[in-house]
Amino acid sequence: MADSKSTADTVEPDENLLFTVGDPLQDAKAPEGPIEKRWEERRFKGKIVNPANKRKRSVIVVGTGLAGGSASATLGEAGYQVTAFCYQDSPRRAHSVAAQGGINAAKNYRNDGDSVQRLFYDTVKGGDYRSRESNVHRLAEVSVQIIDQCVAQGVPFARDYGGLLDTRSFGGVQVSRTFYARGQTGQQLLIGAYQALERQIAAGTVKMNTRHEMLEVIVSGGRARGVVVRDMITGEIETHLADAVVLASGGYGNVYFLSTNAMGCNVTATWRAHRKGALFANPCYTQIHPTCIPVSGDHQSKLTLMSESLRNDGRVWVPKAKGDDRSPETIPEDERDYYLERIYPSFGNLVPRDIASRAAKNVCDEGRGVGPGGRGVYLDFSDAIQRLGRDAVEAKYGNLFEMYDRITGEDPYTKPMRIYPAVHYTMGGLWVDYDLQSSIPGLFVIGEANFSDHGANRLGASALMQGLADGYFVLPNTIGSYLAEAPYEGTDPKDVDEAVTAVKERISTFLSINGDRSPDSFHRELGHIMWEYCGMERTDEGLRKAISEIRSLRDEFWKRLKVTGASEELNQTLEKAGRVADFFELAELMCIDALHREESCGGHFRAEHQTEDGEALRDDENFAYVGAWEFTGTGTQPVLHKEALDYEYVHMTQRSYK
Amino acid sequence: MAVTGIVFLLFLVAHAFGNLKVFYGRADYNTYAAWLRTMGSPAIPHRLALTILEIVLVLCVLLHIGSAVELALRARRARPIGYAGGRPKQSYASRTMRVGAILVVLFVIYHLLDLTFRVANPKGIAGDPYDNVVADFSNPFVTIFYVVCLIVIGLHIRHGVWSALQTLGRSNARRERSINIFAIAFSVVLIAAFLAVPFGVVIGVVH
Amino acid sequence: MKLTIRVWRQKNEADKGRLAEYPIDGIEPDMSFLEMMDLLNEELIGKGEDPVAFDHDCREGICGMCSMAIDGVPHGPEKATTTCQLYMRHFKDGDTITVEPWRAAAFPVVKDLVVDRSAFDRIIQSGGYVSAPTGSAPEAGSTPIPHEDASKAFDAATCIGCGACVAACPNASAMLFTAAKVTHLGLMPQGQPERYQRVTAMVEQMDAEGFGGCTNTGVCHTVCPKGIPLETIGRMNGDILKALRP
Repeated sequence: MADSKSTADTVEPDENLLFTVGDPLQDAKAPEGPIEKRWEERRFKGKIVNPANKRKRSVIVVGTGLAGGSASATLGEAGYQVTAFCYQDSPRRAHSVAAQGGINAAKNYRNDGDSVQRLFYDTVKGGDYRSRESNVHRLAEVSVQIIDQCVAQGVPFARDYGGLLDTRSFGGVQVSRTFYARGQTGQQLLIGAYQALERQIAAGTVKMNTRHEMLEVIVSGGRARGVVVRDMITGEIETHLADAVVLASGGYGNVYFLSTNAMGCNVTATWRAHRKGALFANPCYTQIHPTCIPVSGDHQSKLTLMSESLRNDGRVWVPKAKGDDRSPETIPEDERDYYLERIYPSFGNLVPRDIASRAAKNVCDEGRGVGPGGRGVYLDFSDAIQRLGRDAVEAKYGNLFEMYDRITGEDPYTKPMRIYPAVHYTMGGLWVDYDLQSSIPGLFVIGEANFSDHGANRLGASALMQGLADGYFVLPNTIGSYLAEAPYEGTDPKDVDEAVTAVKERISTFLSINGDRSPDSFHRELGHIMWEYCGMERTDEGLRKAISEIRSLRDEFWKRLKVTGASEELNQTLEKAGRVADFFELAELMCIDALHREESCGGHFRAEHQTEDGEALRDDENFAYVGAWEFTGTGTQPVLHKEALDYEYVHMTQRSYK
Repeated sequence: MAVTGIVFLLFLVAHAFGNLKVFYGRADYNTYAAWLRTMGSPAIPHRLALTILEIVLVLCVLLHIGSAVELALRARRARPIGYAGGRPKQSYASRTMRVGAILVVLFVIYHLLDLTFRVANPKGIAGDPYDNVVADFSNPFVTIFYVVCLIVIGLHIRHGVWSALQTLGRSNARRERSINIFAIAFSVVLIAAFLAVPFGVVIGVVH
Repeated sequence: MKLTIRVWRQKNEADKGRLAEYPIDGIEPDMSFLEMMDLLNEELIGKGEDPVAFDHDCREGICGMCSMAIDGVPHGPEKATTTCQLYMRHFKDGDTITVEPWRAAAFPVVKDLVVDRSAFDRIIQSGGYVSAPTGSAPEAGSTPIPHEDASKAFDAATCIGCGACVAACPNASAMLFTAAKVTHLGLMPQGQPERYQRVTAMVEQMDAEGFGGCTNTGVCHTVCPKGIPLETIGRMNGDILKALRP
């Protein structure tokens, strides 16, 4: 794909000049040759740092979830000097911990026709043909090693009665390749990586800094050479320098305020890098998960995901009549609309995530939603209970029912659950090449923080796979090529000072505005705008409205923000202010990206671009590219660089689930 | 604590068996008491076996109390500031281990002064423990004190048995329930055996 | 609902700290305990006062960050529930609720309700892992593990490292936390080569951190949001004894 021509030059820049189009972009590291040989070839051609020199090379890793934790541990084992940072009080708490479903791997233990080739194919198709073939193929190859690695660490995967590894099937695929540890696969994998990391900390190869937040990248001589961090307990601003910097800081779903992300998840690390020159790719690709517990009121701080497996036995419905507020069990059968079964007779309740989510939004927009604020649909198990018996349902979903009951105070055995879609994952992120290096030399980006493998939509159980692939196997190999060339010229103290000063000035600005609104109140309002106009369904008009609302709210933020306390102490309001400030800038870019992408694909649905049946309508002619954005300043037009996507192995088709 | 605790339990079982001899009448009981001193005679010197037993018990007491004090001090160091808002639910037996232990120590001292050294006994006749016992439990205050202390010891044993088996790694999920049932049954039966004596005196079976 | 919240306020580790009382109105039964705290903080910020610092992150009961003793009980009155999943419907209008940080010398208070739990990380560093450098792993399917062992190992491995066990234990002991890791790895074949040196090192580290001794009260298990079984302690004690044998 390195020499492919850009097909999208025909699209005119926006008339209101929300952005400009720059030079096309190419992945200079993109390997060639047969796809199944590319990763091997890349590893062979990459330079290697000799073991004695590894001790002299240092790497900074920001974020210690699945990607960052596994990368830190592996780099430490290799002998590099690693300095790692996380904002939590322990690496074991990163939000990877919350992943429920499982992790995909092309082991073919079931003899059901699975292979690296099939996982590759499923992932490219699932990503709606907006990901790179080479990267996805590598991911599929490495998936097999991940399971081996995790089992060797003692991860207690589910086993069948013969003691062998159990697998299950997951949305969007026809084979059983998802390895799991009950509903806590993310937790178990993270703890595996965490333990490997702690082992390296004890061995002295990794220096771990918990409760530290990265606030700036130090770029000197055109290379990423370090970070500025704030010690969240003392408030001290520290600088750390190294030969390379790795960002593993996760996704930015919290721009919506309400999401399934942890409260602390933020875009600051990647956004700061973006401001320093790293391109941000496909920010508008957002995954919305259809089965979450609905919002119960204005006080809500967080949304909780319910496993998608519930849709196997639950039936989704709303009342046929608008504003029908009768208790669900009193609504007779013929006054219920099982809308998924009605619209999608062959897949019924099991349609993919984006379709299920949008359908729920549509019925609620029609005024037929249920529960507080009318933003919810029923997920009814009464048929399943009648058919299978309460015990069988309990055995299958007992813990999920319990969780639902705990949160809502309603018993799903007697009253249908209420569910509603929620933001869950962001496919976009910093642009990286095949080596996972961003457009700033020496700055590598792994896990959800980069954009690389999922295209416009991520398949279930693939996030854990990608995080660990990047951290255990890809980055530790590719970063060697960069470090083999080190040491690079010394860091210019002026560049360090500049970064530190910028951080300190920003903090003192936050503290000095002294307005009357908390960071949280702005964040909530920003989230509303994003959810309304840049959520499940986007329109030209809505996105333009969002951009103008975001801009005026951002102005208000810088005038009316109130941050109590001081910088030289644990100050959670100050932390929050910095994160919200960055979300404001990201939000605008997301809307611009969504506005420019005049097609519907995966996690990006433009109402103007749908089939007659209301399905996503891709425009491969004009939009089969990665949209990588260059920062030019707050409020000034970002520059779009297009990386054309070529499909040599998988043929593009339109999805259909009818 | 677990090992010394088990030594006490073995001792208490033997003690209880000996006590129950009181129901065979004065002669049997006093003969048994005398035998304790002549155990192994003539092969081993007079009172040697009993003295060894006493030394072992005293050592165990010192170790048991020593460990308990250390644990309590560690607990205090480990939590210099307590909670103002309340406390989580905890079984009565485990909650009263330390307070109960103080009562147990006082009781043992009194018990030795009463029936071993006979200075606190209303009669205090050497060589006639039977009479001394009857004299004790003819006094309702002494009886009540004994009963209360025995119940406290029972609670101490109830938690102690479970705790010792857990500490010695004898417990697992499958056995946990049985161990707890055993701990309760053991302490109830043992304390019932001890309570039988004062009860016998009170109802007049032993007189 | 109207409530009175008595919260521990402490500026930093050196500060003595005190309980402060705040009346709070407009509590909905559907709010989580932390959302109630959010509301309190919004009010405090509005008044220009320093909001109450507390640890929280995932708010779905799995990260182990939240750590509040509610009326003296870590994570509050509901069984197998973290603070973030405790809802206000379990409280009554007019209640006074006391909120304190985890109390243990090994978990010094950083600020208000935030404590330093790095002692747990150091216990893991001392041996709570399997030495399996990346790349060295054998084929995953080559070692079958009996279903029951894997399942019991999982039960122990669900520990979220929140520290409620220590906070609740009358001795402030870290036995349940340590035992959960020892049991998890001790039940897996991959954990066997380091099994006995692991338990020795971890227990030594646990003692060195200043946690109290275990007296088998079982309170740790009662408050544990993940219900880590008490048997893990029995199993660890068994391993300690075996490790002591020459």
